Amino acid sequence: MNIQALSAQLLVGLINGSFYALLSLGLAVIFGMLNVINFAHGALYMMGAFCAYFLLNVFGIGYWPALIIAPIIVGLFGILMERSLLQWLTGLDHLYGLLLTFGVALILQGLFQNYFGSSGLPYAIPAELQGGVNLGFMFLPIYRGWVVIFSLVVCLLTWYLIERTQLGSYLRAATENPTLVRAFGINVPRMITLTFGFGVGLAALAGVLSAPINQVRPLMGADLIIVVFAVVVIGGMGSIMGSIITGFALGVIEGLTKYFYPEASNTVVFVFMVLVLLLKPTGLTGRAT
Amino acid sequence: MLEARQHSGGSASPLLEVAGLEAWYGESHILHGIDFQVREGEVVTLLGRNGAGKTTTLKSIMGIIGKRRGSVKFEGREIIRASSDQIARLGVAFCPEERGIFASLDVRENLMLPPQVRPGGLSLDQIFELFPNLKERLSSSQGTKLSGGEQQMLAIARILRTGARFLMLDEPTEGLAPVIIQQIGRTIARLKSEGFTILLVEQNFRFASTVADRFYIVEHGKVIDGFANADLGANMDKLHTYLGV
Repeated sequence: MNIQALSAQLLVGLINGSFYALLSLGLAVIFGMLNVINFAHGALYMMGAFCAYFLLNVFGIGYWPALIIAPIIVGLFGILMERSLLQWLTGLDHLYGLLLTFGVALILQGLFQNYFGSSGLPYAIPAELQGGVNLGFMFLPIYRGWVVIFSLVVCLLTWYLIERTQLGSYLRAATENPTLVRAFGINVPRMITLTFGFGVGLAALAGVLSAPINQVRPLMGADLIIVVFAVVVIGGMGSIMGSIITGFALGVIEGLTKYFYPEASNTVVFVFMVLVLLLKPTGLTGRAT
Repeated sequence: MLEARQHSGGSASPLLEVAGLEAWYGESHILHGIDFQVREGEVVTLLGRNGAGKTTTLKSIMGIIGKRRGSVKFEGREIIRASSDQIARLGVAFCPEERGIFASLDVRENLMLPPQVRPGGLSLDQIFELFPNLKERLSSSQGTKLSGGEQQMLAIARILRTGARFLMLDEPTEGLAPVIIQQIGRTIARLKSEGFTILLVEQNFRFASTVADRFYIVEHGKVIDGFANADLGANMDKLHTYLGV
């Protein structure tokens, strides 16, 4: 067994897992509150990366401020999207939200492709995170280690916010019975809008993190989101911890598969999805709805 | 001890004034012009058969029913077009028939969920004095794992924290054991003595007669009669006809 090659694949798996976790977490938060399966999530992730690119190349604003500014800008775009489009779908079948957001994703990706083509735009790793460390059994590029740790921290903070704070108890209660929560004096429609903005902000944050690794491309989200939806199905729609754990775990499983049986690495997630759908259709941590 | 609060029993205008209230669930017209009043410090009970429109009346006052018409004045202010969160912020609290305990929240979170809308709500100590069982159950995992009686107490307790002085309780005794019903009766009497104003919906007429100052009879989405508890004896025959008991 080649330890170096194995750990390299594990690291790639953890990196992918970080993006799966951040994106499926946003999807879970949005699905819980809005009952919308946000197919535009990948396009919003792509917008986060483009946002970082523009901040740098037009305004000279670097990576660190972009980590905050890009999620806010794209989050505001999400709020606009919720107010102008999604709010009208309240109470309708999931299918409407899915079709609407799928349409939005196609429009966004089409617009970006029209102006920037399909090839990737480069985004440099910030100076502070360049280089790497030799861990003895493997060489760890600092930026990749940073992405894994930072994503994990953001995921756990989000989990804490939702599961352990008063604001989170409003969110959980409103997921269950929005009418009653509103009758307690909480402005539920505003909370729904802000939740969508937050979930979109998480996608944009993943986009910024991804820019130095994967380049900035109009279709970068479209490739990723298919796997992320499989992750969400496996983890269980609407479960916060479920989507975090499943995200990282499936990234690692993918990485291991790349080492042991590379031919299956692109399909292993979907094999898992089929198995979970057959054995536990609500997902590994999901509740029946 | 809870400190007794002053209330202006003799104020000219009622605390709640409902006039010509109509409400719809989708296409079906449920309330056809409800008229009644609740004065500050009173316990008023809406009686009526199943489907008469009692619960819908409470929900319409709370702003939960989408389509409503007519007039609902709280403290002299028209709230018929207000959203339910705005109405709650004025100091109106609602305890639904199904109790509305949240499964994804533990007991403490359920208790602490409704935000304070006015100063002067009951403290946790005062709440545990009223409902000693809740204190023992505070660390329980899920709110919905409590017994029916405990869930009902939790549902009432959480709205006492908010500072709202006008409470609407929808069938608080439904499906509960007699000993629990007695405890809820004592709680309502206690809250009344503290100056809370309570609008009650009840099927359990015997229970209502022990706590209410006045009754209104609701039938086919209208208030068809009303009388004070003192005149109950004289109205028993009519009541039997109305309620079919």
